[in-house]
Amino acid sequence: MYLSGGEKMGALRARYNFLFKSTKGLILVAIALIALVTAIWGMISGPMAEFGVRDLVIRTFGMDLVEAEREGRIILLYHAIAMAVVAIEVYIITDMVPMKVHQQTNINAIITFGYMVSLVFGLLFGYFGHNFIFHGLYIFGLSLMFFGGLQLAFALWPWKKEYYARDPVYSQTRTGIDLERVAFFTMAVATLGSALFGAVTGSYWGNGHETFLAEDLIREPEKTILQNSIIGHLHIMLTLIAIGITLIVGRWQDFRGPLHKIAMPFMIVGTIIISLGAWSVVLVEWAHTIIYGGSVLVMLAALFFVIFSWRQLIHRGIEKRGSPKASFRQKLSALLEDPLKFGVGWQMVFMNFTVSGVGIFMAAKLDEIFRVWPHREERIVLTGHWHILSAIIATIILLYYADLAGLKGKIRKIFGWSVIIFSDLAFAAATIFSMKRLIVSESAQQPLVNWTMLLVDLGLAVVLVALALLMIWRLADLFKKRGRWAEEFDQTAYPEIESHDSAITGEQQA
Amino acid sequence: MKPYTLFLVLFTMIIAGCASGVSKPSTTPQFDPGVDPDAWAFVPAGEFLMGQHEHETNVDYNYEVMVTDVTTAQFADYLNQALSDGSIQILDEQIVGYYPGDQFNAHEHEMEIPPGDWLHLPLNDPGVRLDFDGSTFTPQDSYENHPVTMVTWFGAQAYCDYFGYRLPTEVEWEKAARGTDGQPFPWGDEIETRNANYYSSHDIFEKIIGGLGGTTPVGFYNGSTLDDYTTLDSPSPYGLYDMAGNVWQWTGDVYQNQHYRYMRGGSKDTYAYNLRVWTRNSAGPEYYSPGVGFRCARNTNE
Repeated sequence: MYLSGGEKMGALRARYNFLFKSTKGLILVAIALIALVTAIWGMISGPMAEFGVRDLVIRTFGMDLVEAEREGRIILLYHAIAMAVVAIEVYIITDMVPMKVHQQTNINAIITFGYMVSLVFGLLFGYFGHNFIFHGLYIFGLSLMFFGGLQLAFALWPWKKEYYARDPVYSQTRTGIDLERVAFFTMAVATLGSALFGAVTGSYWGNGHETFLAEDLIREPEKTILQNSIIGHLHIMLTLIAIGITLIVGRWQDFRGPLHKIAMPFMIVGTIIISLGAWSVVLVEWAHTIIYGGSVLVMLAALFFVIFSWRQLIHRGIEKRGSPKASFRQKLSALLEDPLKFGVGWQMVFMNFTVSGVGIFMAAKLDEIFRVWPHREERIVLTGHWHILSAIIATIILLYYADLAGLKGKIRKIFGWSVIIFSDLAFAAATIFSMKRLIVSESAQQPLVNWTMLLVDLGLAVVLVALALLMIWRLADLFKKRGRWAEEFDQTAYPEIESHDSAITGEQQA
Repeated sequence: MKPYTLFLVLFTMIIAGCASGVSKPSTTPQFDPGVDPDAWAFVPAGEFLMGQHEHETNVDYNYEVMVTDVTTAQFADYLNQALSDGSIQILDEQIVGYYPGDQFNAHEHEMEIPPGDWLHLPLNDPGVRLDFDGSTFTPQDSYENHPVTMVTWFGAQAYCDYFGYRLPTEVEWEKAARGTDGQPFPWGDEIETRNANYYSSHDIFEKIIGGLGGTTPVGFYNGSTLDDYTTLDSPSPYGLYDMAGNVWQWTGDVYQNQHYRYMRGGSKDTYAYNLRVWTRNSAGPEYYSPGVGFRCARNTNE
């Protein structure tokens, strides 16, 4: 079967349209890029370094790793991945929150170009020699992301009559303002403000600001304004990404009713307080107290979502089975029926054990326990803490994307449970590893270290394999004439893009 | 595999891991790399590039630093002398000694260090490589020329002070480690597994004892060969050995508004990036660890 030149172009255009002009395609591209970056860069640290893979990767790709620039490289890598994650959230938001089509198109186009430019040139600058044109393009990409964010905030403006809530089951003001939209808007505005804290400090780079990782400064009794600014920036950005994904999965599962009505005001006020708290790190030493206040509200909002989600899953499962008086076991079975929908709530709950719980315990016992430990131990707890939070956010996005991608039946269950069980295994092991000094002395720690590290590696490896298989499946699908991609294009393409049908007609005929 | 089987397997693995206890490296080979632990290296006055961002820093005096970390044998000799003349004492299975205290400003997170007897070395921790028969300290077999560990900052400071030396300041330590060229490692710009003892460097001692995390004899990374394992000769520009890896080294600075004491050099337990000469670690002065040792510095009239 041969395609003519025109048919080939048509087929390529159809794929291009799917990948870059439909929400599901854009998400797929961003996840695939993150997977690629994770696969390559994951091989130059952690256990891969121990196995000697690191040196092989560095030689193969011709990386230029200067020892003194490690911290800078890591910051570029974090930003490269974070921008792609932010882009994914933006795609989902522009798809699920009502806005004008041209706004959706503009925002997605700018964001896509922005994250790709910052990802590519950030990594090139960091890992492949210092061409300052690359650095300029990296900053340009970040600036585009910011500009896209401004447009997003504008598009989400909740005080337009056409976006007022129409159904009383959703949280709203007396005048009908949609409070979920306000929550999205608040998150977007807070993200823009918080990005500035990094941008302003970044602009002093080489001119009063020296690259550092926050975890290396924690014991400095005096920190500069620029250092505090970065510390506030990194904390709040991750928190706002977490708030964003919580709102997204809430809308995905049609969060509504009395809990929604309480949760949204909590989320709005919590986002404002937590952001102001993080920003005030620059000004006052007791900023963390403000952050705690905001965190309580945000976490309560997330808790209400989880309660709603699980109740709904049980209710629907029981209804499907047709048994009006269900036993505990039946309810449990209904709850666990769909790991993707159950998993997003579960990961939020699990986060309390591995992130929030650890954070609160650490704050409460800082001087008594953690500041008695050597700095490198405290550093492990801190980095473990926020790596786990990032990874939990990633698994929630993955679970949501697996649903979007149309995983069904046994594969859906295997994928969902693999991600949940093995990621949680890794997170739990990482938490035990980081807190090991509470249960074992340094002289006796090696067996515990060996086992926890093994479990971390095992858990993450399984999750990454599941992600790789998902990506391979989607890649193979792109080679089909009428694969899932065509179906998804129909579902989520921007209205003005031509239907895939006309684009693939040539292929079908061939 | 059924879920509960998987759970049982994982649970058993964790429990087994926790219950394994202390590894007893009784088969650690005795090996003398030929570097004299009593030797001192001369560091001339002058500027050098300090820190990750290479700030020009001047040290306007000559000084000397021990070529190796203080060994277990050296520390055992010191303990015997100091115990006999009353400089230190044993209380509740701990070696303690007097420290005049620090200025306390009640700064946030600052812990008060008042004058008094402070811990130098615990005797009841399995990580200690010294034996005590009630009157005499002796190094455990094969550990005579390994760096002494499990010594607190108070203990390290007291050792150096006892012989009229001092702990090197951070500035002195870094200059001694990297010289004036701004190199990130004592021997140059890059690190290989045979340059130093660090986590995953897989040195011959780890292979022999079948586990991670053991110290190597001081000066082992001087091109020594043990069995079929040959290290790379990795001195600092001034001829000091083990300025990266093996054990963290206490430094002598006491800073305002904090009680932390700083360590340099990375250790057998840390990844290679912690061996970069500017990397700092800190802990309270009572902290001790199987991965922490020290060496002394002294002024010189040269």
